[in-house]
Amino acid sequence: MTPQLAIFFVLAAIAVLGALSLILQRHPIHSALSLIVVMIALAGLYLLMGSEFVAAVQIIVYGGAIMVLFVFVIMLLNAGAEERTNVSKLAGVAGIPLAVALLGFLAAAIARSNEPAQAGLQSGTLANTKEISMMLFKDFVYPFELTSFLILVAILGAIVLAQREKS
Amino acid sequence: MVPTSYYLILSAVLFGLGVVAFVFKRNVITIFMSIELMLNAVNLAFVAFSQARHQSDGQVFVLFVIVVAAAEAAVGLGIIILTARNRQSLNVERVDLLKL
Repeated sequence: MTPQLAIFFVLAAIAVLGALSLILQRHPIHSALSLIVVMIALAGLYLLMGSEFVAAVQIIVYGGAIMVLFVFVIMLLNAGAEERTNVSKLAGVAGIPLAVALLGFLAAAIARSNEPAQAGLQSGTLANTKEISMMLFKDFVYPFELTSFLILVAILGAIVLAQREKS
Repeated sequence: MVPTSYYLILSAVLFGLGVVAFVFKRNVITIFMSIELMLNAVNLAFVAFSQARHQSDGQVFVLFVIVVAAAEAAVGLGIIILTARNRQSLNVERVDLLKL
């Protein structure tokens, strides 16, 4: 087993355990912290694949911004442990077989795919970030500008939605 | 060297766990977090394919997915704050005004 494979299995185990913990924890703040663990593990996997730019963005935007927003809202609303009801048992009965079936289909598709059986991922060339930025500002410049507009709309939407009613 | 299929299987497992969390959890914030988990699983598949084929398109898409996820989190959490203020509850079963 090469060191890369060992690191992959450790990080994959951390990610899967974090996702399981997200499901099993009853309190939303514990779920949020589990999700942060998953995101950090995924950032490590991106580094392992040699995409250091995506790893940095993952930590800064997902771990730093989005999850802080989640934790902030959980604390603002003072969210307590969730209650179990009959409907949630029904969701378990119907949902778990469906999710297992989905996973089976995905695994079968991956196993049958005629992806060329290459030796594996090349560890990244460090010019990767430069290549991404060239692509982002040349080939994808219109979608990139569109995302800035999307963020502007999202900011306005969040302000309009969350502001207090004037009496 | 880690085979690409390992990354894809991990991505599928994380997506499946996200689906389980989505149907299983009753707290609207946790349901929202499971959507983020599914988006992360898709991002992993994007980066794995991008590195396997030595093309950077996939990583640019990941950047767009992250931007959309951030916008979605901002608007979605605004909606959650609004419903929590109106209904005094975060349980999705208590938000059933459109049900017959």
